[in-house]
Amino acid sequence: MSNETVTAAAVSPPPAAAPLLSVRGVGKTYGRGAKRFTAIRDVDLDIASGEFVCLLGPSGCGKSTLLRIITGLSVATTGHVRYRGERLVGVNPHATIVFQTFALYPWLTVAQNVTIALKARGVAAKEREERAAKLIDMVGLGGFASAYPRELSGGMRQKVGFARAMAVEPELFCLDEPFSALDVLSAESLRGELMELWLDRVLPTKAILMVTHNIEEAVLMADRIVVMGKDPGHILTEIPVALAHPRRRKDPHFQALVDRVYAAVAGKTKSEAEMASEAAQRLHQRLPDAELGALAGFVEKLASDGGTADIYRLGGELSLALDELLPIVEAGELLGLLRVHEGDLFLTPLGQAWADASILARRELVAGRILRQPTVRWIYETLQADAESGVDRDQFREVLAGEIGDQAEEQLDIAINWGRYAKLFAYDDDTEELYLDEE
Amino acid sequence: MTRFRFSFRPAPPQSGALAPADALILLLLAALIYAGVRMTIHAPAVVTGPEITLAPRALPWYALLSVGRMTAAYLLSLLFSVAYAYAAARYHAARRVLMPLLDVLQSVPILSFLPVVLLSLVAVLPQAWAAELAAIVLIFTSQVWNLTFSFYQSLTTLPQELREAAAVFRFRRFLRFRAVELPFAAIPLLWNSVMSWAGGWFFLMASESYRVGTRDFRLPGLGSYLQAAADAGDLRAVGWGIGALVLVIVLLDQLVWRPLLAWADRFKVEMIEGDDPPRSWFRDLLAGSRLLAGISARVVVPLSEHLDGRARAAEPVPSLDRPGRERTPPLLVAAGAVLALVVVYGGVRAVAMLATLSAASWRELMLGLGATFLRVMVALLAALVWTVPLGVAIGTNRRLAAILQPLVQVVASVPATALFPVLLLGLLRLPGGLDIAAIVLMLLGTQWYLLFNVIAGATAIPQDLRATTELLRLGRWDRWRTLVLPALFPYLVTGLITAGGGAWNASIVAEHVVFGERTYMTRGVGAVIAAATNEARYPQLLAGTLLLVVAVVLVNRTFWQRLYRVAEERYRVE
Repeated sequence: MSNETVTAAAVSPPPAAAPLLSVRGVGKTYGRGAKRFTAIRDVDLDIASGEFVCLLGPSGCGKSTLLRIITGLSVATTGHVRYRGERLVGVNPHATIVFQTFALYPWLTVAQNVTIALKARGVAAKEREERAAKLIDMVGLGGFASAYPRELSGGMRQKVGFARAMAVEPELFCLDEPFSALDVLSAESLRGELMELWLDRVLPTKAILMVTHNIEEAVLMADRIVVMGKDPGHILTEIPVALAHPRRRKDPHFQALVDRVYAAVAGKTKSEAEMASEAAQRLHQRLPDAELGALAGFVEKLASDGGTADIYRLGGELSLALDELLPIVEAGELLGLLRVHEGDLFLTPLGQAWADASILARRELVAGRILRQPTVRWIYETLQADAESGVDRDQFREVLAGEIGDQAEEQLDIAINWGRYAKLFAYDDDTEELYLDEE
Repeated sequence: MTRFRFSFRPAPPQSGALAPADALILLLLAALIYAGVRMTIHAPAVVTGPEITLAPRALPWYALLSVGRMTAAYLLSLLFSVAYAYAAARYHAARRVLMPLLDVLQSVPILSFLPVVLLSLVAVLPQAWAAELAAIVLIFTSQVWNLTFSFYQSLTTLPQELREAAAVFRFRRFLRFRAVELPFAAIPLLWNSVMSWAGGWFFLMASESYRVGTRDFRLPGLGSYLQAAADAGDLRAVGWGIGALVLVIVLLDQLVWRPLLAWADRFKVEMIEGDDPPRSWFRDLLAGSRLLAGISARVVVPLSEHLDGRARAAEPVPSLDRPGRERTPPLLVAAGAVLALVVVYGGVRAVAMLATLSAASWRELMLGLGATFLRVMVALLAALVWTVPLGVAIGTNRRLAAILQPLVQVVASVPATALFPVLLLGLLRLPGGLDIAAIVLMLLGTQWYLLFNVIAGATAIPQDLRATTELLRLGRWDRWRTLVLPALFPYLVTGLITAGGGAWNASIVAEHVVFGERTYMTRGVGAVIAAATNEARYPQLLAGTLLLVVAVVLVNRTFWQRLYRVAEERYRVE
């Protein structure tokens, strides 16, 4: 996997003396007291002039928060951002954002959506119109200047988003998952057009920072991938991409790099001993937010693939996004049904047995496994002690909130779902009571 | 039929039972009413009203006066709403006071304030001005709350990314207001305006024709015309009056609201083309006008350009809009503190005044409250009995809807208070007198809210559920029990909350009636308030008004809101 450096190409810029942007010790905490939630902690990041950097990570890793702090939309709780050596206060006048959801004003036409950005900068009416018309032509929407956004397809709307962002001639071009709300074809063509504009240096833009959770997209476009992890959000590692443009997905170097990035995102399996010691920490063990029904389907698919598969490709075949895939894999690991090693999945003997078992046997097997999870076990034992009547959901939530705070609600939901799946206990939504499930 | 769903969903009530904040708000109300009552002490004992002519040719002038009062109150409401909602949305501390206050104010029976407002204004202003101002204040208080709530909701639900885009592209405050916030709020604001106008007529009619004892507070207008006509037993004039009222309402609908709604369709946020956009023939007509296009190009566009430039120059550094996080400015805090002191003082004086009331007076008040409560319940039940079957029939049967809906809309557009005098003409002769009449009058003020909500609910039952119920071959009763009633439930609760408010309001004008030369009364809190006004018994007036407010707020908080939550959580079909 070390051979991608061989193809090191001229597109990679020489390191500049002072970075365009530098982020030091940035953290962001929301709320206070018991509701305190740390979105990101201790982030250091430099972006040099001429660089295209991708922020990559699962949802909830704070990559969008970081982007908002960098543009000045959000204020960091700790640390600071410097732009061209100067400390950033308020919205960065040299930066702009292209939004995932386009953020076009639905009551303004395409032309008006672009001109209003210029108007806010005090550009005179006549010049506004001319510059907007030129940009709209450039992104290929010449015939749609007087159309309203709702008349356009998603891809066309995002082109308006690009035109508006380019209108203000930003130095730092920020993209917040700009392609993830688009259909596959539009996304691909828009990526190509952006890369063309960027590589040909048509734009006065000095650097691009793009947030994404699409690994291939990051490898396809970026000069450097900054991988983020969660709980709380932090930078895991940075991976330089030294492949020459245009990059091809079929290229083995490309594939190797995708695998490497995937391994960095997914981490590696913890040993049984590590898990056991974690389980000892009572209720602090977090249950991944996965449906056991989905896990069952996933394990079956893995079994039919011969018990091993590349995690990334399997996710693609099942058309699961990273955010959906990771909790399922995590749940599978937690229950001992599968293992992850360097981006590959392996079915354990238990997992194999589970895949082959009947529905009834499966349920019993799962019941035994999830009872090893402290939260589930604790609920089950509490209910057994009080077998005559049900126990109020709130009672569990309060205890749990004392242990893990904010996440109590979500964790209790997952535990209840798992327990119901395994028929360990039942839940009455009307009375909000849990009770033992006896036929 | 989507129109109904839009126009008859009141603001969701605040959650929770009575909070400490509510006690403060009640104190504030007590102080307010007390201040009013204090002023009424100087009110003249005899107030002479205007001469009302029954000649039909006076009607255009009367209609103009009535519409003028409504317009003045509406403009006032709009200004107030924007300022209030802005303060509540921007400043954290302000919101914690303003939002609970809004919640109580919108459930208060406004008509109960009419005597206090009228008497206190007539004490300090020339008579003609006082009645005029009281009418406008009253209509204002009936129109303003849902507008405020709607604008507040728009401000706080403006999608994050639209707000962020405005910040990234360095919009100044004025541009943000003009190009982002106002357009986003436009459609709900317009629908709520339509609602406010419909509600406003009710209070306009009541305040134009208010008389108590030797004080005649009538104002020349459609309301007093109708009352005078009924008084004189002149059925021809009654016909002319109602005809004029319906004509005015229909004209406003066709020439103002429909064109506005059709125009405002561009402000919808949905990114899909609606299949049934609102249309208006009048707007299509205007759209072809060269004159208007010229005015727009020569005046409106340059003017807004100029304003944008001025606003830009005035605020050089754009700030990121963080709703609800900003510190309240010291001036606002100071004003709030002064107000709080005044409120506490007023509240204490109010309590002192209440303490002078004898136990017998309290007993009378409580009995009156009980009687009114029973009357409200009977009126609601009666309304349920006829609106549910008819509403379901209209909502599920297209052919029936096509025939009945326009008819129902016109009939419902006549404010109940306009019909009161007319109905009294017949009802007072029946056995039971005002006791029965009061219930009928309340019914009149409540039934339409219910009917429209039932129609909306029945229309909203998903086709597939109806088909499934057909396929299951359920009997009539089972079909109602498993599908129709549960699906209607949220709409019924919404309708009943609004209708209940209407009925309480109606009690003020229904329990104490001056008809011809005679005064008719029945037991009830409305009658107590009227009698206290008449006989200058100010502690009773204060106690009655306050008690009515507390009772309605309590019933809302403890009963209706619980039902509302159950309805939203369990029975909302979406």
